[in-house]
Amino acid sequence: MTVQSPTTQSQSLWRPNRDRSRLIQSVVKFICGAFAAVSIVTTLGIVATLLFETISFLQEVPIWQFLTDRKWTPLFASKEFGIFVLVSATVMISVISILVAMPLGLLAAICLSEYATPRTRKILKPVLEVLAGVPTVVYGYFALLTVTPFLQTFLPNLKGFNSISAGLVLGVMITPLVASLSEDAIYSVPQRLRDGAYALGTTKRETIVSVVLPAALSGIVSSLILAVSRAVGETMIVTLAAGANPTLGLNPLVPVMTMTAFIVQVTKGDAVHGSIAYQTLFAVGTTLFLITLALNIFSFWFVRRFREKYD
Amino acid sequence: MTQTAGAMTAHKIAFQAEKLSVSYGSTMAVKDVFLDIPQNQIVAFIGPSGCGKSTVLRCFNRMNDLIPSAKVEGRITFKGQDIYDKRVDAVELRRRVGMVFQRPNPFPKSIYQNIAFGARINGYQGDMDELVERSLRDAALWDEVKDKLKASGLSLSGGQQQRLCIARAIAIEPEVILMDEPCSALDPISTLRVEELMQELKQKYTIVIVTHNMQQASRTSDYTAFYNAKATDQGGKMGYLVEYDRTEVIFQQPAQQSTQEYVSGRFG
Repeated sequence: MTVQSPTTQSQSLWRPNRDRSRLIQSVVKFICGAFAAVSIVTTLGIVATLLFETISFLQEVPIWQFLTDRKWTPLFASKEFGIFVLVSATVMISVISILVAMPLGLLAAICLSEYATPRTRKILKPVLEVLAGVPTVVYGYFALLTVTPFLQTFLPNLKGFNSISAGLVLGVMITPLVASLSEDAIYSVPQRLRDGAYALGTTKRETIVSVVLPAALSGIVSSLILAVSRAVGETMIVTLAAGANPTLGLNPLVPVMTMTAFIVQVTKGDAVHGSIAYQTLFAVGTTLFLITLALNIFSFWFVRRFREKYD
Repeated sequence: MTQTAGAMTAHKIAFQAEKLSVSYGSTMAVKDVFLDIPQNQIVAFIGPSGCGKSTVLRCFNRMNDLIPSAKVEGRITFKGQDIYDKRVDAVELRRRVGMVFQRPNPFPKSIYQNIAFGARINGYQGDMDELVERSLRDAALWDEVKDKLKASGLSLSGGQQQRLCIARAIAIEPEVILMDEPCSALDPISTLRVEELMQELKQKYTIVIVTHNMQQASRTSDYTAFYNAKATDQGGKMGYLVEYDRTEVIFQQPAQQSTQEYVSGRFG
């Protein structure tokens, strides 16, 4: 069969409007670019605000004082600005929460991805994600009114506001995040790697521990780091359950104040624009921002360094 | 229609399949296969796509167990023992019957660990360095990787990766190596190297290879099984074994018309 060359007659039936296509193309490109720019401009705006106010804060309070004071009393007559009082509370609660979320989330992820039947997986995964949708204020009240009294039955020294209860509940809150993202990472390990392990005479457990988890390592670690970032920035649970009492140290039984709880305290009050209390807000905000930025950069580096490429 | 090779009696039998059928859910993938796999020979499975040759291969080390909907009927014995017997542990069977897959699947570990992994899992007590070197030598890969044993297995070329997978399979000293289209993702030179390797491995191992490449089957194998597929009433395809004999018989004077047409390239 020979292919006929297009005749002049059939060609006249085709009149594509190239100019119109090109115009629509450039309009679409512009609109998409504009929307993308909004998020960049917003981020830059936030960073700029944080930086300017932090700089004027540091002109009032020398940075060594900010880093070395052992008390946090910016709203008192005798002001001290030891940021580590707040940082220690945030770090302690985040560590407690990740100690809860890591085993719970990882085991849930392994169970869902490797052991659950497709049907169970289809039901359980959305249920798990509903847990992530519970408002954090509900978690906060749960920690304050249920978990703390329960813990007090065998920890008599436990104060009404404390880190351990806030940390435990915060851990439950970020568990779905760890579970869901780790599950994605584990589930996306190619089946042929599992087949390769099984073909060498390994059991299911050996396959998961020695082949599947190492292959999913970068995804698992980044899910953990994202969860830590989330815990560091979490506000409602720690404000409600951990108290508002700036205490330096790592005692989980007493009231503390996290960086986020401090920000809530000041913004609820009436800090005058330009006052030192107002500027403190931004100094704490910048510290928080730098911590989560460092975590995200580490996660980004780790994923790039350890991700396995399966074509 | 099934045939058993007449000259088979000259060899000891590794696998014997009797009335083997495999279905996935309600779909029958391959039906009523009778087949003997002789020891220390290379047996090739050829046939068009969807004829069930890979499915049959995956019965020999019970890889089909891993697919929840798969159902195996009939009987397969390995050196006289029914491998689908309840008392047989599939994990133990797979140690004795190794497998190389269609696409190279080295673990995301170092070259050394890729080999040592299976041996360690299976409780190997000997000198690991020696085992790794011997396995890589047997797989004709040692000279290319001896200076970078710590490099990732994934950093190798496709052909090297596939030989690494062969080395990994022979490191645990199996009795049989099943190869599921091991060269389909490789270039011609890598393919040739794997084929040469098969000839050497045949001294120690029984090899069953699934291939789409008829030249490969005729070059490398001692026996060839030709599978074909026919349409079923439900609109699917069902595989069956057409003819099984010495490779030269299958390629030069097959008993079946469809075998003749397939090996001469007229369909498939």
